Order: sequence, then C-alpha cells, then structure tokens
Amino acid sequence: MAKFRFHWALILIGLVLGLMLSTQFRVQQEKVQAATVKRVEQLALNVETARQERDALRARVQELRDELDQAAEEVQLGELRSQLDHVRMQAGLLSVTGPGIEVVLSDSPTPAQPGQSPNLFVLHDEDLLKVVNELRASGAEAIAINSERLVATSEIRCIGPAVVINRDRRLAPPYTITAIGDPDTMIAALEMRDGVLATLKVWGIQATIRRVPEAVVPAYTGKTTFNYAVPVFEEGGS
Amino acid sequence: MWVSIWLAVIGLVVGIGIGLNLPVFLPAAYAKYLGIAILAALDSVFGGIRAAMEENFDNLVFLSGFIGNALMAALLVFIGDRLGVDIYIAAVVAFGVRLFHNLGVIRRHLVGRKNEAV
Repeated sequence: MAKFRFHWALILIGLVLGLMLSTQFRVQQEKVQAATVKRVEQLALNVETARQERDALRARVQELRDELDQAAEEVQLGELRSQLDHVRMQAGLLSVTGPGIEVVLSDSPTPAQPGQSPNLFVLHDEDLLKVVNELRASGAEAIAINSERLVATSEIRCIGPAVVINRDRRLAPPYTITAIGDPDTMIAALEMRDGVLATLKVWGIQATIRRVPEAVVPAYTGKTTFNYAVPVFEEGGS
Repeated sequence: MWVSIWLAVIGLVVGIGIGLNLPVFLPAAYAKYLGIAILAALDSVFGGIRAAMEENFDNLVFLSGFIGNALMAALLVFIGDRLGVDIYIAAVVAFGVRLFHNLGVIRRHLVGRKNEAV
C-alpha cells in the first residue's frame, strides 16, 4: 500500500515538473518572438490594412462626389445650380483654371559648410507657409502645392523629411505652388524688397516664378465631413 | 528504483503534453519566479535520484523538498524583488551548485565508482 502511494506521488511530481517546464518554455518563446519578429510583422500588417482601408475609402469618396456631380447636373433650377457651383468653388471642391503664376521652390544647391546646420539650406514647412500666406494676401483665389489643393482647413506642416498638407498628402521638393489670381500683384508681393522670397534667397533657396495664362488648380480630394461643427441659423434667417 | 524513475518520466511527459496545450497563459512577469521554482524542483529531483542510488531515499523528504523548495525559492525571489535585493542570483547559484554536485554523484554511481571523491 505504501509503495502504491509512493508511485502515485512520483507520477504526480513528474506531472507538476512537466507542467512547470512546458509553461516556462512557452512563456520564454513568447518573449523572444514578441521582442523581434512578431512586433514588426504585426505593425507591417497594420499599416497594410490601414492603407487598403484608406484606398477603399478614397475610392468611395470619389464615387460619391461623382454621384453628387450627376445629381447637381440634373438640377434644373438655374439659380440653385449656380449657387451650388459657387459654394463648391469656394470650398475648393471644383477644379479651377485661370491666369496665375507658378512658383517653384527647391532646396539650396550649396552644400552646408562643416559645422553649419544643413537645416538652414533646405526648405521648411514654414517657408511654404509664408509663400502661401503672401499669395493669399495678394489676392490668390485658388492655390495648390504640387497639385494638392489648399482649402480653408488645409495645414502645412513638417513631418521630418517631408512636408504634409491636407492631413496625409506628403510633398517632397521641388515644391511647385500654383496660384490663380492677378499675376502682377502676386509677383510683386513675392518679390517685394525684404519680402518672403528675398529672405529665402539669403539661404540659397531657389525660387523661380513663371506666369501661366491658363493655370489649373485641381479640386480638393480630402475629407469634407464635419464631426463637431454644426451650422447656426439666425432667427428669421434662412 | 528504475520502475519509479519510469513512472516519474511518464508523469513528466504527460505534464509537458498538458502544459503545451493549456489554453491559459502565464504572464511574462511571473516567468522569473517559475524559472526559479523549476530550478529548485530539478534540484530536488536529482537529489532524490542520488538518495535512491545511495539507498537512503525517504519519500517524505523527497516530496516535501520538491514542493517546499520550489515554493520557498519562488517566494524568496518574489520578496527579494519587492525589497530590491537580488535573491534571484543567490537562488540560481545555490541550486545550480547543488544540482551539478548531485549530477556528479549520480554519474559516479552510474559508472560504478561510488567511493571516489566528487
């Protein structure tokens, strides 16, 4: 009887030891995997999924806009139609063309001297912002950078090596800014003494301005939904 | 004695099988404590085998050593972690030395030269 019980105890001990060993083994394997391959794989997968989602959504947006265009074409009421067009033009949802200028900005060709920050010789988001601001101030009606339309909600910001506008459109130099408006006024504003281009030229940033009789500024293709803002209707107003 | 060892090996295999297919998972933070517990348990196992070869195996001593050592080792390491003392290292060294010592004795028994110094 004692021997019998002893044997069971041995089996039990083997069982417990086996459980401990295999559990530890699994934990250890998980650790090694988690630290290296698994994380990278997971991230790559996430990016890929997000990209596909984005492309699908973009296609859907285009589809819906086309539908809207068609629906708008069917509107017979002339005034409503022209009002709609006007509003969409204001919002930047229509491609527009007209006389304007094209400003091409590129990084300085002079290499930074040893000890000098190379940052001084490359174009920054701020520089683009200043040029765009100057263009707007001198009456530009539609502006696009590298064929990406700037609208009321557009931002211009730095994300390290590139400049991003309209949430996710990355731009790389050379930057071509197309603006529709009075060419003379805009050129005069940009080339003003001590103006924005003069400041950039100090750092060797190259800027060329070209008049374009029929400049084309494409429509904005980003999102136009409002999550927080709702319109306020005045009492008695429409 | 060999019957006992085979029984234990059967238990070990079954335990590994269960452990590998267990749906629950030990959080990685506790891996350290389990590791020390395993070291203590292995030490007891080899101590037991050695005792059996020297024919002074005591069932109660073996069982209490196996369970008690494992639990106490894990507990001490846990307390050491809370207090900022690396009892972990002490446990690894202490159990490691004993384990290899026992292994040496077992090896000498197996090759049949019991009375030589280890």
